Amino acid sequence: MVTVRRRDAAPEPPWVHGVSPAVPPAQISVIEAVFREILRNNTMWQYTLKRLIQGITTVWFIATATFLAMHNVPGDPLSAERGTSEAIRANLAARYGLDKPLAEQYFIYLGNFVKGDFGISFTQQNRQVNDIIREHFPVSATLGVLAVIFAALGGVLWGALTALYRNRLPDTIIMFMVILGISVPSFVFAALGQLTLVNLNALFGISLLPVAGWGTVSHMLLPALVLGMGTMAYLTRLMRSSMLEIIHSDYVRTAKAKGLPAARIFSRHQLRNAILPVITVLGPAIAAITTGGFVVELVFAIPGLGRYFVQAVQQLDYTVIMGTTVFYGAFLVFMVIVVDLLYGWIDPRVRLQ
Amino acid sequence: MKTPISTEDSFVRSAGKQLAVYALIAVAALVVLMYALHFAAGLTITGAGGVVGAVDVENNEITIYLREEPPQMNSMLATDTVSGMVLGHVMEGLLRYDDNDQIVPAMAERWEINGTRATFWIRDTARWSNGDPVTAQDFEFAWKTALDPATGSQYSFILYPIKNAEAVNTGQMPVDSLAVRALDARTLEVELEQPTAYFDKLVSFATYLPVQEKSFSAANGRYGADADEMLYNGPFVMTSWVHGASMRMEKNPYYWDAERIRLDAINAAYITSDSNTLLNLYKDGRIVSVDLTAEMLEGAMQQRWQLDRFMDGGVFFIDFNHRAERITSNLNLRKALLLAQDGNELVDRVIKLPGYLPAKSLFPVWLQGVEKTFREEYPAPEAPYNVQLAREYLEKAKQELGLTEIPPLVLLSDVSPVATISGQYYQEVFKRNLGLDIIIDAQIFRQRLAKMDSGDFDLVLNGWGPDYNDPLTFADLFASWNLNNRGKYNNPALDALVRTAQTSTDTKTRMDAFGAIQRILHEDAAFIGNYERGRVYATHPQLKGLLRRVFGAESDYTGAYIDASN
Repeated sequence: MVTVRRRDAAPEPPWVHGVSPAVPPAQISVIEAVFREILRNNTMWQYTLKRLIQGITTVWFIATATFLAMHNVPGDPLSAERGTSEAIRANLAARYGLDKPLAEQYFIYLGNFVKGDFGISFTQQNRQVNDIIREHFPVSATLGVLAVIFAALGGVLWGALTALYRNRLPDTIIMFMVILGISVPSFVFAALGQLTLVNLNALFGISLLPVAGWGTVSHMLLPALVLGMGTMAYLTRLMRSSMLEIIHSDYVRTAKAKGLPAARIFSRHQLRNAILPVITVLGPAIAAITTGGFVVELVFAIPGLGRYFVQAVQQLDYTVIMGTTVFYGAFLVFMVIVVDLLYGWIDPRVRLQ
Repeated sequence: MKTPISTEDSFVRSAGKQLAVYALIAVAALVVLMYALHFAAGLTITGAGGVVGAVDVENNEITIYLREEPPQMNSMLATDTVSGMVLGHVMEGLLRYDDNDQIVPAMAERWEINGTRATFWIRDTARWSNGDPVTAQDFEFAWKTALDPATGSQYSFILYPIKNAEAVNTGQMPVDSLAVRALDARTLEVELEQPTAYFDKLVSFATYLPVQEKSFSAANGRYGADADEMLYNGPFVMTSWVHGASMRMEKNPYYWDAERIRLDAINAAYITSDSNTLLNLYKDGRIVSVDLTAEMLEGAMQQRWQLDRFMDGGVFFIDFNHRAERITSNLNLRKALLLAQDGNELVDRVIKLPGYLPAKSLFPVWLQGVEKTFREEYPAPEAPYNVQLAREYLEKAKQELGLTEIPPLVLLSDVSPVATISGQYYQEVFKRNLGLDIIIDAQIFRQRLAKMDSGDFDLVLNGWGPDYNDPLTFADLFASWNLNNRGKYNNPALDALVRTAQTSTDTKTRMDAFGAIQRILHEDAAFIGNYERGRVYATHPQLKGLLRRVFGAESDYTGAYIDASN
């Protein structure tokens, strides 16, 4: 498969797995088409099955690696600031099954994991890890999806704008901001955004948006914007290079030669085709943003799963580490598989390989 | 005059217009989406939320923050300060600390401690938040459950003065042999292992709080996991707890001393430990009080905020590894290190946080002695900064150890900012004054504990927060049997003094023992004092009566009220 690369083509994102953006037009619902394709085409079946088996193997590998790493980190999850006697420690160890040999613990844990039971948290001694995931993942996911919506809309619009005005002032300014957006880490944006908001609130004497916390839509706006900033910058670049590729394509020239209205050429022939590569990276972007928001969650006091994940590592909370890591791992793997399957439908070249 | 334009320009112009239309559509779609979400959220998200001010005069409510999410509200398992703070508002023990840190009646209207027998008479107005009376059986149940080895309570040791408690906790005796008896619903009789002068101070601790057996069983293993999974008997009841996000406490109508409580509700609307976020929330008028770091002070002064400081009770020190195979078991080496550093310099020039004091003794300045404070009656031994003398001790140490050079010493530390700069200070000062190399080994909490327990260090930056208002909470730290004595300091003379302080009921005898312990620890150079921790905090001008202190609920909002005149 040959990929033609232009001078200002964006670098490959970390999520895209060796496939280049493709440009067939979309006519029917994506999901419907995938199912049709799966049912009709035997190779598609095999491909799906293969990817699923690969995915399950990956999750199993993540689980095993986490289990081994966790048990080899120095430190005792049952130790406490106030020293505990051997007898109490032994009781606790028995409750969590830590008194058994490591191999046995591993198989018990794998068995429970297959049943979907991650056990009880070490620090929150009467809460199931499943409860923690169920209560806090939706928060992270809401924030993540909102961030990706911001990032996608912003990325497409800015990207189209820069391509349209390439090498002119708007392009220069926006591309400078894009470099900032890609290189500045999200916690800096978070702190700056929050500080700016406090000053704005003070300036206007009313609360424009809440500074931190969770509960209403107004609480979500700033964190989502901050969280989506890096992705927005990346998507802007992707959109820009994709647009530039298409501006010079034959069918755009043909459309112009036919005398079609400019607005129609722009939206039907350019924008619509240029958007495709952006759409294909959205799936993995949602997964990456949802699982990577713990700093933003901490700064904005948001009860997302990311905070529990980081705290669990610091506290050596074995069950929560295992539960959240495997859950996040499975989520990422699942998103990648879904995107690859969608890709198989969008780009026939992938299927043929 | 009209200039001819190229086709390219006209294309860009109309395409740009089209793009602007799309941008408008996108913004409009976002706004619609937000409203839809807002509507949906309004139907699904319960509990706190919405944007309320720090002080709500109309509803007589305030909004505060919590530094961390409490692991649970089960008083028998609670170990951390945030749980202690919340429990201090929603629960009440037999006795409690008043505004001056003195023990006063609470659930018990009176009590008697005679030798090894303590009796508590519970007031007839003591009620649970469902209206049930608080009974002596509720205390008996809680204490027995906390000591049951199956419960695995990490703070069970605090119940050990009760007869048979340790044997029960280590599984050598059945739980029923614990010498706590409810004589009737309102009389609780406790037999003690030995006379315990400070037992009244112990019973105000969280592990001694009552638990109603019926509600504990009904929760089916989830007691204290959610707001509705337990009963409350304190000034407030928890009416909602959205994990990781917020907690709401409302005035408890069944509380026996409800007149003392002036606030109608406390919202803990934010849970985060990010100090900048908390400062921003305070600036934005969202929370009533905030702790300040050194960098924030200047700004706070400029804003003319109301600032106060208090000692939070914690004493921080360098513990030596006293195990015989370690060179730090050499007295002269320890003395050299003790004299080669300067606690004043650490506090004034390195940490630079107001409220901090150099730790000249294991016993902090606020502890009560016989008549006056302990430190007034038993002044801390002076250990003046003396490099010359320190070098002499170092030479002696080298001779005794048969070493020409002292090998690099490992200083185990945690990763907090203050510990980091303290570690760097000692690294620098020991290098400069004694030519010693210090290797800083910074570890997160449990890794540091594991290394301390296994003795994998020479020096460790350590700290101790008191559990009850008696010098013994510090004094037994270096007793040979104490599990927290992770440096394994072992001195039979000190052990004997600790035993005296534990069993004597005469205040003077006990204070003399603590004075002697203070002297022995100094003569043995058992540790190097770093600092007593202080805190500076800003408070909303309309909030009065907030109590910051060492014991009981910290921060204590039970006596707080809104003064709308400011």
